[in-house]
Amino acid sequence: MTETQSAPVREAPERAVAAIELSGVEKSYVSHGETVAAVRGVDLRIAEGEFFSLLGPSGCGKTTTMRMIAGFEDPTAGAVYLHGSDVTGVPANKRDVNMVFQSYALFPHMNVFENVAFGLRRKGVPKDEIRSRVGAMLGVVDLAGREKRRPAELSGGQQQRVALARALVNRPRALLLDEPLGALDLKLRQLMQVELKRIQREVGITFVYVTHDQSEALTMSDRIAVMNDGVIEQLGTPREIYERPATRFVAGFIGTSNLLGGEVAGAGERAVLAGGPDERIEVPLRDGAAVAVGERLELTVRPEKIGIGLDRPDEGLCRVRGTVTEVVYLGTSTNYNVTTAAGADVVVFLQNATSADDIAVRGDDVWLSWDPRHSYAIHPDA
Amino acid sequence: MTTLTKPETAAPRAPKRRRRISGLRLYTLVLIGWLILPIAIMILFGFNDTHGKQNFRWEGFTLRWYVHLFDKSDLTTAVVNSLTIALLSTLITTVLGTFAGLALGRYRFRGRGATNIVLFMAISCPEIVMGASLLSMFVTFNLPRGYLTILVAHVMFSIAFVAVTVRARVVGLDPSIEEAAQDLGAGPWARFRLVTLPTIMPGVVSGALLAFVLSIDDFVISNFTSGATVTFPLWIYGSTRTGTPPQVNVMGTLIFAVGVVIAIISARRNARAVR
Ligand SMILES: Nc1ncnc2c1ncn2[C@@H]1O[C@H](COP(=O)(O)OP(=O)(O)OP(=O)(O)O)[C@@H](O)[C@H]1O
Ligand SMILES: [Mg+2]
Repeated sequence: MTETQSAPVREAPERAVAAIELSGVEKSYVSHGETVAAVRGVDLRIAEGEFFSLLGPSGCGKTTTMRMIAGFEDPTAGAVYLHGSDVTGVPANKRDVNMVFQSYALFPHMNVFENVAFGLRRKGVPKDEIRSRVGAMLGVVDLAGREKRRPAELSGGQQQRVALARALVNRPRALLLDEPLGALDLKLRQLMQVELKRIQREVGITFVYVTHDQSEALTMSDRIAVMNDGVIEQLGTPREIYERPATRFVAGFIGTSNLLGGEVAGAGERAVLAGGPDERIEVPLRDGAAVAVGERLELTVRPEKIGIGLDRPDEGLCRVRGTVTEVVYLGTSTNYNVTTAAGADVVVFLQNATSADDIAVRGDDVWLSWDPRHSYAIHPDA
Repeated sequence: MTTLTKPETAAPRAPKRRRRISGLRLYTLVLIGWLILPIAIMILFGFNDTHGKQNFRWEGFTLRWYVHLFDKSDLTTAVVNSLTIALLSTLITTVLGTFAGLALGRYRFRGRGATNIVLFMAISCPEIVMGASLLSMFVTFNLPRGYLTILVAHVMFSIAFVAVTVRARVVGLDPSIEEAAQDLGAGPWARFRLVTLPTIMPGVVSGALLAFVLSIDDFVISNFTSGATVTFPLWIYGSTRTGTPPQVNVMGTLIFAVGVVIAIISARRNARAVR
């Protein structure tokens, strides 16, 4: 295997040719006389060597988007580019990308070797080269010595790796994976997540990964596109998406997020929201965003950023009063559900590193506090 | 059955289990005997040293009929007719029926429901009715009855069986394996040859065997559509009035033997494909 540089690409460079580019791609189906929009205008640039995830709930158009990249569906509008050349309308067998299907779609009448060699034989690669490349690839996916097995004689995880090898052995310019771990149990899934990451680093091929599992996307990806209802809601690194959800949908879909709202009482570098007596809610206005006094604004704070205590927090922190409604002990951490004076439900995760006892019990009146840098304003129109 | 087993030789449940197995064994043996007896008699009387016109009474062992197998030239012609019609109709039926089964199992199209109903009708229609209507159709179209009309009729009534067995196989397949083949660079023809056909092969083979068997022993429909052409079953039926010669038993034995060999090979291959 050629050892390609494995440094993850953080941001798709504007100038360089993208491995995969979708421009204004739309897809609608006609079913029972009605037009159903599955994808409604997607723009994407995926860089060479990137591990890119399409994340979103069921039915949001992830598979449809991926099938348009693979060439199984033609977009209703827009264009698909692979390495700069327009491939819209080119059938799947003529595209230099390979796909790993959710059902694996192994050929049941062929053994492991024949399955993996299928693509190379189609391309007319010489026999000796096929043998060595298939052998090497089976080594990469840890299946050496199982060449003669039929797919039905393999475990789910092994079948998964055969499917992976069958696609990767062709050295495609990009590998498309549609929920490849969906059929595996939790333990195997976590193992395969690590394996997939290792293999991707080893072969240095662009991976486009479809999943509805947010933790899977967060752990594996260089960048994530969060999709909802046929559009991309937010595109960014896992950290950006987690820490700074751009829309209410993203905030709700990725992890647990607390939504607080209020009227803007003061605006400047930071917006200050009106709250109860002695409360203070601030949110930095980023990227030149501007709000007017009197407007309604919503913000999110992640549960692990919030502190909880019976005493009034230090000056300079955001602070809100509330009542504890539930305390859930989870071993390494404790969850507090708090209803604020304004009526919002807030979840707080607290590591059980120092305190042996719970800080508060159900029914206690508490102070919640966090650094204003951890408040993120949600676009008012989202 | 031993009910008083020594405690150290059998676990408490063992006697009960053993009795159930032997009951099953008995049933199996009776069933096999029931099925095999007529065939055994057919084979046996092919070796009967009979001298009269009838072949009903055992008169001693001989290989005479195997030596003089082709002495009755009209019987030989009838067997050759039956075999070639069966082979040709199986070939045509398997090709047409496979494509029909593929289309019905894989695609939704206008007329799919109607096609399914027509197939079902072809299977469930009584042979005697189908034979009579085929005859009246051939008469109406003024087609001379003979070898060709038998062939057409056999293709007609066995195509539905192939289509149905292939359709059952196609429905059970994951459609994405064909997409996977396309994804790996296979064009439409390569996809069919390398992936679709091999995966539906068990269905195609059983359909073909069924078509062959249906054709070679068909009497009713052949009787209506044969004109002056004689097939093996028609010849035997005609001979019963004067006496069926032992060559018929020998021909039957040989056809049966070939059938058994094919069935064994097919079962072996299926078992291997499943593993
Ligand atoms: N062939 C089709 N005909 C009609 N509608 C379709 C077709 N394929 C997909 N759709 C519709 O398009 C929408 C998006 O489907 P898609 O399969 O892309 O979702 P997904 O994000 O992959 O969901 P999941 O996580 O459940 O796989 C759905 O509403 C679906 O019903
Ligand atoms: Mg999907």
